[in-house]
Amino acid sequence: MTPSWEAAAVRLRERERWKSPETVFWCAALVAPFVLPDDHLFLSQIAILGLFCLSLDLVLGIAGILSLGQAAFFGLGGYTAGLFAIHVDGDPLLGLVVAMVATSLLGVLAAPLLLGGRDLTRLLITVAVAGILYEAANKWSAVTGGVDGLQGIVIAPLFGKIEFDLGGTVAYWYALAVLFLVFLGLRRLKSSPFGLALAGIRLNPQRMPALGVPVDRRLTVAYAIGGAVAGIAGALLAQTTQFVSLDALSFHRSAELMLILVLGGAGNLYGALLGAIVFSVAHHLLSEINPMYWQFWMGTLLILIVLFAKDGLTGGLSRLRDHLWKGGTAP
Amino acid sequence: MTIVFDGIALGMLLFLISVGLSVTLGLMNFVNLANGAFAMLGGYVGVLLVNRWGVPFLGALALSTLCSLVVGATLERLLYRRLYAASHMDHVLFTVGLIFVSISLAAYFFGSGVQVIELPAFLQGRIEAFGVGFDSYRSFLIVVAIAIAAALQRILTSTRFGASLRAAVDNPRTARGVGIEVDRIFTITFAVGSALAGLGGALGTQMLGLDPVFAIKYVVYFLIVVIMGGPGSIRGSFLASMSIGVFDVVGKYYVPELGAFVIYVLMLAVLVARSRGLLPKFGGRS
Amino acid sequence: MTTPAIRTVGLTKRFGSFVVTNDVGLTVETGARQAIIGPNGAGKTTLINLLTGFLEPSAGRIELNGADITRLGQHERVGRGLVRTFQINRLFNDLTVLESVLLATNERLGLGAVSWRRRSACGGSIAEAWNVVELLGLAEVAHLPTKALSYGRQRLLEIALALAAKPTVLLLDEPAAGVPQGESGELFRTISALPRDVTVLLIEHDMELVFGFADRITVLVNGGVLTEGSPEQIAKDPRVREVYLGEAIVV
Repeated sequence: MTPSWEAAAVRLRERERWKSPETVFWCAALVAPFVLPDDHLFLSQIAILGLFCLSLDLVLGIAGILSLGQAAFFGLGGYTAGLFAIHVDGDPLLGLVVAMVATSLLGVLAAPLLLGGRDLTRLLITVAVAGILYEAANKWSAVTGGVDGLQGIVIAPLFGKIEFDLGGTVAYWYALAVLFLVFLGLRRLKSSPFGLALAGIRLNPQRMPALGVPVDRRLTVAYAIGGAVAGIAGALLAQTTQFVSLDALSFHRSAELMLILVLGGAGNLYGALLGAIVFSVAHHLLSEINPMYWQFWMGTLLILIVLFAKDGLTGGLSRLRDHLWKGGTAP
Repeated sequence: MTIVFDGIALGMLLFLISVGLSVTLGLMNFVNLANGAFAMLGGYVGVLLVNRWGVPFLGALALSTLCSLVVGATLERLLYRRLYAASHMDHVLFTVGLIFVSISLAAYFFGSGVQVIELPAFLQGRIEAFGVGFDSYRSFLIVVAIAIAAALQRILTSTRFGASLRAAVDNPRTARGVGIEVDRIFTITFAVGSALAGLGGALGTQMLGLDPVFAIKYVVYFLIVVIMGGPGSIRGSFLASMSIGVFDVVGKYYVPELGAFVIYVLMLAVLVARSRGLLPKFGGRS
Repeated sequence: MTTPAIRTVGLTKRFGSFVVTNDVGLTVETGARQAIIGPNGAGKTTLINLLTGFLEPSAGRIELNGADITRLGQHERVGRGLVRTFQINRLFNDLTVLESVLLATNERLGLGAVSWRRRSACGGSIAEAWNVVELLGLAEVAHLPTKALSYGRQRLLEIALALAAKPTVLLLDEPAAGVPQGESGELFRTISALPRDVTVLLIEHDMELVFGFADRITVLVNGGVLTEGSPEQIAKDPRVREVYLGEAIVV
């Protein structure tokens, strides 16, 4: 006879299992470049945006840290990768690692500033940290290129063999592979004991210390990992476009990211990815008509989401699914 | 000396625009980042009235204030009100949404160029006093802001409306029970905050410049004013605005290479100090 | 003489000029079943908050098994076996019962920072959590989200969370508050059945429960200790009767 706790473990495992819509999603990502042969650069940008958004999902959606300054990490990652390629070595993977180290370091350093405060204070502190980096990059133009951006980045072939092409085909596969690996890592993190602790902290931060959980330490790690993911995304953008602009560090970028996450739905990783796709496509289509309309619709959408659809696209989808299954074979 | 004077004038503008944010945050616990948008509205209405239709400057000021008042009251009734009980994150998202919409509307109607309201003759030139020449536009600005600050302080502390507002904030249910119209008081408070922002926007085109991104450009400044002054405190906002104005102008004049860097560092320092309990608590009233 | 499980010396907490805890010298022997009683506002919960590090004392020191823990953080005290429950449910609405308990067992087994293994693969932790869940009769609702539980069961979960941290000293802050009369007996049987080497310090209003459970009682009045003794001594003490005038003491 198996002890009853093993049955409980099986129930837990059930929730963590890889589900069929997930397979469909990633297969679609594999097929996309063949369906859209002329848009590989665009697709790679979506993958990078998705990765960037995953970082906010970890920090905000899973750990509950209200951050409106993820651009700090995105930009730092971009500049680090760009400068590394220019001054040290053009190898893209090495560049990613360096960017990752730099941004997680920033996360570890910035976290103690955040942890003392509550929601609004935290949000403002993240804004201030990103602002400081923005101004630093702006003024330190001898190194960063200032408002003109960082130019002259040359990236060596991937694994020393595969050259980046102008059409962005290599860029897409490169970005997608990195995105997938990071996604797997975060998915595992979410279903790990650490992920559970973060969920506990998000839901009831006051109760956690009384369970023996060192809340500050857990949040610092989560914030640093989130920073590293954003840093990788920034580095990917720098490498695939061979350019870093000040815009990567801007408040606008952070606010947009939050919009994307809220649009997709926070806390389940796929919301971040779906949000990035919908956002990018909408941006692409609407900007072609008129860039001004774009901002109008983005703002309107934010207002509508806050007023009417708190859980975003993925929340809406799962409600739709529940609705369709009602009366069917409900478990 | 003139630099300090410039700084004070800038501070007064900051005060007018951010006092609404301070009051909504401190007293109604609502994070209204879109205050800059109301200021922008006031500015554009002023541009329209003065530059295109030739309305006298003072009349246009009054009308832009009124316009922001009406729009503020309307939005409060229709939208803001639904979110009073929501989280700060929802407030932020919602008001950032409003900012985006306002930016695109401004760009649609007025184009993306910088606009300035033409000043009337009596505000151009200088006033001689104490042997020093003061720019008359800036003097006017300072006088107006001080008058308003004094009036606000008086209204909040020693009128029936102020007492009702404080009661409504402390305990809405009890306040309702004793016949205070909480909803109406919140609407009025919000609308007045918007109106003052509108006035600041119309008055400030000379100093701040007016273009569609105005709504977002100065958000950080407004936030620092509120954080430093203590949300809900008129006197605090006033003093904080003045110091930030002076600090900013003097800083940009003597060490231009630092730019907005100083402002962000200042903001971070105040925030961290507050959250560690080194300064009066965030959210406290004085 | 053995080292007491808990000893406080001159423990004081002031909020401004208001003294909530006044020079409390409390000793709880290892394995004791001790209760703290006192009228409303006597500072009972504040005392627990001080013991667990939820609040910082204005003066005085706290010892756990002879070691000074006055400056330790909450989670570090939990790590040393000093665990509490809360008077008002402070639970995790969207987590299931089992997940909530896992929070504590994971942490105790040093898995709290592990991000590369699935929770379902941490068998030891699950087994421990499941034991606690079964002990408190929560097995049938183990996979339901906390918010779907009845109030009585939420109280049980509150205690399960504390037990999952394997306390050597358990501080119970009115565990039966709000629990229907019939169910509180069950609750106390569970608590009484804890191994004797677990020290239990209980705050409770219901005198029947207190006198049925405790072998030692401390009476707290206005933040200070009025008296301490066996249930019989306390029941006879005229000062205690005076304090509780109007509140019937049933022995």
